[in-house]
Amino acid sequence: MSARIETAGAAAATCGACSSSCNTSQLTRLGIKSGGWDYVVALMGNPNTGKSTIFNSLTGLRQHVGNWPGKTVARAEGAFNYNNKKFKMVDLPGTYSLLSTSVDEEVARDFVLFGRPDVTIVVADATRLERNLSLTMQVLEITDRAVVALNLIDEARRNGIEVDERALARDLGVPVVPMSARRGEGVSELLSAVDNVAQGAYPTRPRRIKYRDAKLEAAVAALAAQLESAVGGLPNARWVALRLLEGDESIIRAVRDGTLGELGRSDTAVNLTQLGAS
Amino acid sequence: MVASEEILKEAARLRREFSGDIHDRLTEAIYADAVEVAGRAVARTGQPRRMHFELFCDRVLTSRVWGFPVMILMMTVVFWLTIAGANVPSAMLASLLQGTVYEAMHEVARAAGAPWWLAGFVIDGVYLATAWVVSVMLPPMAIFFPLFTLLENLGYLPRVAFNLDRLFKRAGAHGKQALTMMMGYGCNAAGVVSTRIIDSPRERLIAIITNNFSICNGRWPTLILIGTIFIGATAPPALASFIAATSVVAVALLGIIFTLLVSAFLSRTWLKGEASSFSLELPPYRPPQIWQTIYTSMIDRTLIVLKRAVIMAAPAGAVIWLISNINLGGSSIAEHAVHFLQPLGLLLGLNGVILLAYVVAIPANEIVIPTILMLTLNVAKSSLASTGVMIELDDTAQVHHVLTGLGGWTMLTGINLMLFSLLHNPCSTTIMTIWQETRSLKWTTVASLLPVALGIVVCFFTATMARLLGLI
Amino acid sequence: MTLNHLGVGQIATVTGVHSRNAERRRMFDLGILPGTIVETVMRSPLGDPVAYRIRDAVVALRHEQAEMIEVQMENGATPAEATP
Repeated sequence: MSARIETAGAAAATCGACSSSCNTSQLTRLGIKSGGWDYVVALMGNPNTGKSTIFNSLTGLRQHVGNWPGKTVARAEGAFNYNNKKFKMVDLPGTYSLLSTSVDEEVARDFVLFGRPDVTIVVADATRLERNLSLTMQVLEITDRAVVALNLIDEARRNGIEVDERALARDLGVPVVPMSARRGEGVSELLSAVDNVAQGAYPTRPRRIKYRDAKLEAAVAALAAQLESAVGGLPNARWVALRLLEGDESIIRAVRDGTLGELGRSDTAVNLTQLGAS
Repeated sequence: MVASEEILKEAARLRREFSGDIHDRLTEAIYADAVEVAGRAVARTGQPRRMHFELFCDRVLTSRVWGFPVMILMMTVVFWLTIAGANVPSAMLASLLQGTVYEAMHEVARAAGAPWWLAGFVIDGVYLATAWVVSVMLPPMAIFFPLFTLLENLGYLPRVAFNLDRLFKRAGAHGKQALTMMMGYGCNAAGVVSTRIIDSPRERLIAIITNNFSICNGRWPTLILIGTIFIGATAPPALASFIAATSVVAVALLGIIFTLLVSAFLSRTWLKGEASSFSLELPPYRPPQIWQTIYTSMIDRTLIVLKRAVIMAAPAGAVIWLISNINLGGSSIAEHAVHFLQPLGLLLGLNGVILLAYVVAIPANEIVIPTILMLTLNVAKSSLASTGVMIELDDTAQVHHVLTGLGGWTMLTGINLMLFSLLHNPCSTTIMTIWQETRSLKWTTVASLLPVALGIVVCFFTATMARLLGLI
Repeated sequence: MTLNHLGVGQIATVTGVHSRNAERRRMFDLGILPGTIVETVMRSPLGDPVAYRIRDAVVALRHEQAEMIEVQMENGATPAEATP
């Protein structure tokens, strides 16, 4: 743990000098070479938003890209070096929500929840922002460290849709990077945003969903407080509380058998191996 | 863990207090939030230019009148381009690999004084099988896969699923089965894995069992070759490749019909149940990046499939050489096996060589054609007893000559091989994948044997009909 | 009226979702909830499923799903020409 903080600290110091010129020349695509890594990056998003394209352009892998929903069913892993740090990247199945019960959604949700990635990139389709924001805000309930990749910005423009990414970033409390992954636009900006969030150089203040229901809000708050005192260090107590209220079986199991407790201990590597074994 | 039990109890108590569905309230709240945030960030300027064009495309591609004809036309054009385009490079590769290089290798072996069995095993066995796989498969794959990938990247596949869904619904199958079916056109093992997008275990099993009716990478070359030399060749030269393409499309469509029939049968017998809900997003058309598509489909599909075929072909070539050259009681093991299988083969309108080739090719469908050719040559060679005929298979006409002349093939053999290529057991990789995905010996067995049983029934039927009608 | 009665090109607002369990969740996740504006885009060649524009995305639903979604036409009238 302390070693990791050191790495991050040293990197933060060096990055100050290059922040103005951060570009893809600092990127080394590592394919699926694994081994040690400094940060774990998860890639989430609605189906068909260009996740695989972003994954490929960062890792140099050629994960098959198709224009249809449900193409990526299993999760793909890759790695890249950026700014002298090694990032391991996990491409998760595309999902519309984290609240339903289908297998692919559970894979994606469990990874962000139990795998505790250092940064989660939420790929949002600029042409269908409402629905993509619904998933984005659910992700922001689970993790503080997220970056929104506002993809397909060229398609949006062609359709007469302009998105003010600054307003979006202000509202969501995390960096928003407009991009067109197919054309390679915005990749370097995405990298530097991921790097900044990984190091804590960009203080994220993720938006919390307003439940617009005093009774629900009160119940969530009460339960979250109990969870925090029982487990300690939970980054997403409110979300866990909400799932308990809904009666989500896998979360109830996690609370009962203590898997949830590991969230408070934040040992990414251990949790990753467990997930990989399951 | 006492604390957690108490929390769970408290959660259960609170849950009872909410009469309505929390999920509803929550999603409504999330969407209300999303609408608010999006409203602040999004400005709609001017008219969406591309919308109208897309709508027009969609209306045509999914229209009551044009939907299905356009689908069939697109498939035919893809195969026509493949067949017409692959002809010349295939012949060039064959004359290079099976002619020039093959002879040079024998020269070297003679000069080095290598024993006959070593030269035979390595050159006539391992090398020749590999060379055939490359010359038969590489050109059509290098054309077909990029074309298919272009259609895929364009966004056409979900439209096909949209068009076909009604039929799948009638068959009691999940709408997304059409997508897994199309994944199977690449590789059945990948198709089986992709059935994970279907949540209902019942509908998922149906999709897994029927995935084998999607003709995979390993089988397209067989169909293309046989369609070219047996069916295309009957047409005037100008129409030959078009007719050949039509025959391949017909087999692919027959595959869809079998998918629907078997799904309907399963969902009314062993796998009865309610159809689960279906929603499918139709993504916007995206102009494909042509060069990138060609590059990735070469790397992703063509080379990977070719590599697999070559890896499988080398040992298969060794096996073929061994069984053709180890003699038991005067004739080779291959001859014994072919003679043993011959009656069944002829009954099915095939022959003993084809059946033996399907046994040898269980590890990979890719090597069926090379195996058939090598076995036909080897068996014929020993029965002709070294007449000194030098056989070079450097174009498809020669292949036709060998199969009809030495193998005794007829039009029926060609057609039935195409049918059997559609309807036979999945390759060993796919069988393993089915086992991994279902963990059920019963369903893995059903998925493996059902297609062969159908293949035997269908081939027997066509052979009997052909005989009754006096066509052969 | 329910969504399956909405003719091609017609626009309506969702007033209620009668689907249950997983299907209900799926509809909500796709953004089909009370207040959502939907437009029928096209029918498949065999008449079912039908594609709808929902929050800028085109989503195909089978008849069984569409008939669980209660909608109200923009002008409040039920169209006579719309066929099921």
